[in-house]
Amino acid sequence: MTTIPLKLPFKIDLSRPVNPTGIWDWITTIDHKKIGVLYGVTAFLMFITGGIEALLIRTQLAGPEMKIIAPDVYNQLFTMHATTMIFLGVMPLSAAFFNYIIPLQIGARDVAFPRLNAFSYWTFLFGALIMKSSWFLGGSPNAGWFGYAPITTTTFNAGHGIDFWVVGLQVLGVASLAASFNFIVTIINMRAPGMSFMRLPLFTWMTFITAILLVLAFPVITVALIELMLDRTFDFNFFNTRAGANPLLWQHLFWIFGHPEVYILILPAMGIVSEILPTFSKKPIFGYAAMVLAAAFIAFMGWLVWSHHMFTTGLGPIANSVFTITTMLIAIPTGVKMFNWLGTMWGGNIEFNTPTLFSVGFLSMFLIGGISGVMHSFSASDYQQQDTYFIVAHIHYVLFGGAIFGIFAGIYYWFPKITGRMYDEKMGKLNFWLMFIGQNLTFFPMHFIGMQGMPRRIFTYDANMGWAFWNGVETFSAYIIAFGVLFFIINMLKSWGNGPKAGDDPWDARTLEWSISSPPPVYNFLDVPKVEALDDFWVKKQKGLSKIKSKTKPKDIHLPQASYWPMLASLGLAIAGYGIIYNLVVCGLGIAMLLITVCAWSFEPVNEPDAH
Amino acid sequence: MKKIISLSIVFLLIVSCGKDLPMSTFDTYGPIAEEQAFLFSIIFWAGMVVLVAVEAAIIYIYFKYRRRKNSNRKAAQFHGNTKLEILWTILPVIFLAVVSVPVLSAIWNFGTMPENPAVVVNVKGHQYWFEFEYPDLDVVTANELHIPVGKQVLINLDSNNVLHSFWIPKIAGKTDIIPNQGNQMWIQADHTGLYYGQCAEFCGESHALMRFRVIVDTDEDFATWIDHQKTEAYVPNDPLEKEGYTIFMSAKAGCGGCHMINGSKKAKGKIGPNLTHVGSRQHLASGIMENTQDNLRKWIKDPGKIKPGNIMASQGAVYMDPNKALTDSEVIALASYLQSLK
Repeated sequence: MTTIPLKLPFKIDLSRPVNPTGIWDWITTIDHKKIGVLYGVTAFLMFITGGIEALLIRTQLAGPEMKIIAPDVYNQLFTMHATTMIFLGVMPLSAAFFNYIIPLQIGARDVAFPRLNAFSYWTFLFGALIMKSSWFLGGSPNAGWFGYAPITTTTFNAGHGIDFWVVGLQVLGVASLAASFNFIVTIINMRAPGMSFMRLPLFTWMTFITAILLVLAFPVITVALIELMLDRTFDFNFFNTRAGANPLLWQHLFWIFGHPEVYILILPAMGIVSEILPTFSKKPIFGYAAMVLAAAFIAFMGWLVWSHHMFTTGLGPIANSVFTITTMLIAIPTGVKMFNWLGTMWGGNIEFNTPTLFSVGFLSMFLIGGISGVMHSFSASDYQQQDTYFIVAHIHYVLFGGAIFGIFAGIYYWFPKITGRMYDEKMGKLNFWLMFIGQNLTFFPMHFIGMQGMPRRIFTYDANMGWAFWNGVETFSAYIIAFGVLFFIINMLKSWGNGPKAGDDPWDARTLEWSISSPPPVYNFLDVPKVEALDDFWVKKQKGLSKIKSKTKPKDIHLPQASYWPMLASLGLAIAGYGIIYNLVVCGLGIAMLLITVCAWSFEPVNEPDAH
Repeated sequence: MKKIISLSIVFLLIVSCGKDLPMSTFDTYGPIAEEQAFLFSIIFWAGMVVLVAVEAAIIYIYFKYRRRKNSNRKAAQFHGNTKLEILWTILPVIFLAVVSVPVLSAIWNFGTMPENPAVVVNVKGHQYWFEFEYPDLDVVTANELHIPVGKQVLINLDSNNVLHSFWIPKIAGKTDIIPNQGNQMWIQADHTGLYYGQCAEFCGESHALMRFRVIVDTDEDFATWIDHQKTEAYVPNDPLEKEGYTIFMSAKAGCGGCHMINGSKKAKGKIGPNLTHVGSRQHLASGIMENTQDNLRKWIKDPGKIKPGNIMASQGAVYMDPNKALTDSEVIALASYLQSLK
């Protein structure tokens, strides 16, 4: 293959960038490790913006009848806070780990489709920018993160805010789908010889299950979003209640996506914790097969419980009974996982450093979120808790005390691998304790005020309701969390450049990523490893077989080359997105750009045709 | 450290479920809220047992298995324990099977509508207030729901706009109000008194201000109230009230385009609350302030300031067109007329 086989109707330079440097290196990179870093840094910045939104919300609620933030802005804030944390924070932070860690854990040189991987990142970035740009373009979405029809239709919501939400989520969906297909194919096809499925590290397993959930779940919300987009842009009647629509359609579609989404958010964190606890306990995971099966069962059951978000919508006793029982069933595999993590630590020799603290923090916080989850499965009494702060407490124990604690654990755990440097342990522990105390003082009292009748999504409340004290405590404590995150940022910035050298395997860990240098070379593995057991690297270390010199030379390793097209294709998609909101001609131009760049991508030549 | 935290959490939980708060779900005054509080207590205490057991195990693990300096202890190498794993799979199954019985029975209890309700009320959710229509009694009112004590009341829920949710924490958990869905619920209050309700499904800019009250009357009081509601509106004699009446009915102010005043030919609107007996209500603007002259004037002067995004402020002629804006003396006259509508 030395020439382009197709004659294009116009002349276009399809040559690939050769050894780009500086910013061009980052824009054209298709190295999964660099993309992982891009994902992580971008998502963390988004996490910060979502945190600022949360602080503004809490400030308005610090006392009764406060007038710091106008009601309409408040409604935009809580919508954007949740949308940001879920779609721009936790999901892409997990994706950062998928990108960086999965190829290393399975002994591969890159993902299956490196350019598609770059496309996923850029599409995520542009989707995030579309969503966030709404703040500067006339107002953000203001209907809550699950945007229940018909308040999202133009009849009740004429501005562009909802359009940004509808388009932004669709673009983000493209990014998630592309990434998920990529990881499914990578994990199935690119495993090192001998790494059977039941020898996969648990983080890889959780990624695999998460990716399958995403591939199945995102199309459902895409259908809902397209229907809403047709309603808003082309006057369709999917959710036009005045033309007879039943708006429950939206809720069903949203939660058929939305409940698997909950597991999409938490399974990667579970995977991370399942790596960290064995490593620092110096023990194998307790009940490996049970852990895998429990996760698979949770993922499957995730499809059968969506209506527990809709217990109060009048579906009738039969539906409520069925969804009560299916929801209760999820407690069982979740309990199995919890007990297995405890079993993993039991009898161990546990080093309580920052990743362990965050992992154990995950266990103790996720436990509380899980218990309040079982409380919600009691649908008959859930009629009292639905749409109150009790639910807000629950979701934050699962997503903040759960997913975010797991992600922070993962960042500390793999920081030495990614940067080659060690973080500051003291500051890491300070970070943990501030976040742990802040988490509990902010979110635990929400259980109380929820049971005392405080609905969610209210910008103000009366003094005589008796909710003022705990709201004040929550607001104060939210700032404790912010301080914790501040120490995290300082620690990362300080250690990335100047931390002490970490070495290749600072934790005496179990999985393949620790068998190569820190940071890993661009080709990851000189020789593709041969896997003979679960925790193969650990087993080989025990046998003294881990340090065999390789004869392969780095220059003989063929690696995929950089490309402009993924970023340009994403840009086309972003332009099409803005076009839907403002001008359909621009939308057409964006789609044309997307098609052209995808064609160019397909016919892109290889710089060294003779390389093998 | 963690032990102290866990203990203080349990302690706080116990002291903080203050029963006497206006919207506390623990302070129940009807069979539904009572059963819901009972179900919650089952799962709450079961949850507490699990919480304390697992957190205690974590703390034990910390003290027992943490790595100490200068210790040569080796970690035990085991991969699982089949008996234990079966045990902690089966035990929750049995527990959940047992507790699902009262839950399912409650679902059917709440979900089965009474065949002979004492009163039927059609509740309509608006942005941002509640309309209460008693179809069999031919009464329409707003924001203050009267029901007789100790009787089953059937509630039909409807909306011609966005979603809302009907919730009286001390009497019954919520049911959503969904256009074209025709939801129903039943409630019963076992003690007379005044109870707080609030919209619990996000419904727009002033969702936080969409509240209502439930007034549970004795049978006699309820009958008296209904009789009074059926009477036509008071026609004022006092000059100030008369002036207010004239402004209210004038084409310039246009109040009657949206508001109904029974007995009047000019005020036949159905978009806003029925004001026939507004002076007899205890609260204004869907339960967000006391019904006083002063508050009423503030409300009439600038409703958008008190309740942002409400339709009167955005579509009422006197608020949209500066030429038609109400003068202070007109506001005073209107307020005294409306308060006279006992």
